[in-house]
Amino acid sequence: MVAVKETIDHVKELELEKYKYGFTTDIETVKAPKGLSEDIVKFISDKKDEPEWMLEWRLDAYQRWLTMKEPEWAKVEYEKPNFQDLYYYAAPKSTEGPKSLDEVDPELLATYEKLGIPLKEQAVLAGVEGAKIAMDVVFDSVSVVTTFKDELAKAGVIFCSISEAIKEHPELVKKYLGSVVPKSDNFYATLNSAVFSDGSFVYIPPGVRCPMELSTYFRINEENTGQFERTLIIADKGSYVSYLEGCTAPMRDENQLHAAVVELIALDDAEIKYSTVQNWYPGDKDGKGGVYNFVTKRGDCRGNNSKISWTQVETGSAITWKYPSCILRGDNSQGEFYSIAISNGMQQVDSGTKMIHLGKNTSSRIISKGISAGKSSNTYRGLVSAHKKASNARNFTQCDSLLIGDQCSAHTVPYIEAKNSSATFEHEATTSKISDDQMFYAQARGLNEEEAVALIVNGFAREVIQKLPMEFMAETQRLIGISLEGSVG
Amino acid sequence: MLEIKNLHVEVEGQPILNGIDLVIPDGEVHAIMGPNGSGKSTLSYVIAGKDEYDITKGDILYNGESILEMDPAERVAAGLFLAFQYPIEIPGVATMTFLRTAINAVRKERDQEELSIPDMMKLIQAKAKDLGVKPEMLKRGLNVGFSGGEKKRMEILQMALLDPGMCILDETDSGLDIDALRIVSEGVNALRSETRSMLVITHYQRLLNYIVPDKVHVMSDGKIARTGGKELALELEEAGYAEYDDELA
Repeated sequence: MVAVKETIDHVKELELEKYKYGFTTDIETVKAPKGLSEDIVKFISDKKDEPEWMLEWRLDAYQRWLTMKEPEWAKVEYEKPNFQDLYYYAAPKSTEGPKSLDEVDPELLATYEKLGIPLKEQAVLAGVEGAKIAMDVVFDSVSVVTTFKDELAKAGVIFCSISEAIKEHPELVKKYLGSVVPKSDNFYATLNSAVFSDGSFVYIPPGVRCPMELSTYFRINEENTGQFERTLIIADKGSYVSYLEGCTAPMRDENQLHAAVVELIALDDAEIKYSTVQNWYPGDKDGKGGVYNFVTKRGDCRGNNSKISWTQVETGSAITWKYPSCILRGDNSQGEFYSIAISNGMQQVDSGTKMIHLGKNTSSRIISKGISAGKSSNTYRGLVSAHKKASNARNFTQCDSLLIGDQCSAHTVPYIEAKNSSATFEHEATTSKISDDQMFYAQARGLNEEEAVALIVNGFAREVIQKLPMEFMAETQRLIGISLEGSVG
Repeated sequence: MLEIKNLHVEVEGQPILNGIDLVIPDGEVHAIMGPNGSGKSTLSYVIAGKDEYDITKGDILYNGESILEMDPAERVAAGLFLAFQYPIEIPGVATMTFLRTAINAVRKERDQEELSIPDMMKLIQAKAKDLGVKPEMLKRGLNVGFSGGEKKRMEILQMALLDPGMCILDETDSGLDIDALRIVSEGVNALRSETRSMLVITHYQRLLNYIVPDKVHVMSDGKIARTGGKELALELEEAGYAEYDDELA
């Protein structure tokens, strides 16, 4: 295992010290006072100029949260955040006012330029001809800009920050917010319901195929600041949307908390494809710093023949704790979960999905590829259940783990509950290692160590990479390289 | 030109090679024959740079420079190529992707311009056709589910694509039926040139009917026991390795 061991040492040294998004932006911000109380909830609501009903909703969530305990069942170990030592709201001063690209603080534009995300209304990604991506950009607690809004409006698509939606489209927000993830769902989702500061809102009207990819880019900048974003996507009957989410944060010695809630609703014959590339700062090689990523993501296939597909590439964060799930309520609805979770250094990942089959003839598919290196721990945790009425429910689950080195660990924890005898659930799991022989073979064909690891890992994760939107595919292959680098590509 | 000077190699304290001296000038094809366990495959791995071997004495020079400090990829860029006895499977990596990655990695290291995807495809498809590698094979995972003959043909295809100056073929004939042996040998012979040398490692004389060597060396107990012309191979076929193998004697 000498070659592999060297690779790992290499990985440790290079990757963790080389997190290229680790810079901070020096920008004047408006912050809420530290700590959490009813007054802070009111402060946030007031800053956002929210209607009374929204404030009441938040306060109710806050009261419920006070009675809840932080859950401990996940296979992760960390120092629990001190909720009174966090800032719950931080916003660049310059964004208090009307938002259009011309008015965005140049310092912010430079920040996103540096992140490789030029905020311009043009074909955004080099090499992808004619690809347009509309983007909502969330910096700490607020959305700073949303691009292509006018063009989308022509198709009837609403794409804006959730703060704006609360004011401009209250009927939609009232109807759907908390309808998939109730405000008392779990400790972090409830906290989010009380203090969420911004996020994206999408509504696709009946029969509309959204003319471009929609995307949100999240960035945590401020120190000791929690990011609590809230995303709500509604695909009305017969519509289709593909949505991409990306995230980064500066390198900081303290842990940063990110507790998001994402709710997806697909009505009859609608389809939502939700893709995430999560690259929050993972902490240094000794496990100091890094983002706590405690996220509740859930989709509701509310209508018949609806479909929700989650694809995630998880490479960052010190602790990842997320289970993008599907409630298959409508008859013939379909849920999919495709995941690549890479852990390195001291990272801990506990991630998977839940497929809740309620309607008739519902089907779901889970492909999970976990890659562990360094001293990391990588757990797949998944639930597949069929309700009494869910006749002919079908699930296929495949969980593959790849280990690099001998100090990391991989775990698979599948839960299966079938209350209907006509359900067909299949589960396959494998665990393998990158062998010295594979490494040497690739190197004997001229690939250096990093290229070899990258190639082998990309091969391992290929099935999931192919599910990503074109725009994310190349990025992901490169990111796999970097995450296991100095390398994996 | 490859020069091996008094090479001593151990694995976990166990001596395997005990003073190999060998010179292969440009354009020559040499064969190494010998009984099992005589150190033939170890020699090929040491030249290619596999790192589980301790070189306790001696040196390996390629075109006058020691390669011992080079990692395996640097040796490939310098012009060395090892065709494996047992090619390794890499699931999920399409053969075409692997070939493209390897070619450009080597070109980059050699300060040559990287090939564009269309040029690359043309190059690979043309060479594949020469070796009877079906286009369908290029789409499959590297070596995954390939037959013995397909794997060996893939090795020779890679050899042709990476344009080496020194080819080492480790028991390329093992596991091949007579038709596959002929196709693979023709592929190898097509690569023979005045500037390219080869080291053919084999247990059996059969391969040397197809790839006719300039010199034959007999290896025994980690040393070159005898060197001769191509007729030495025939002699060995008659008499066997008993003379060179303590256990058989």
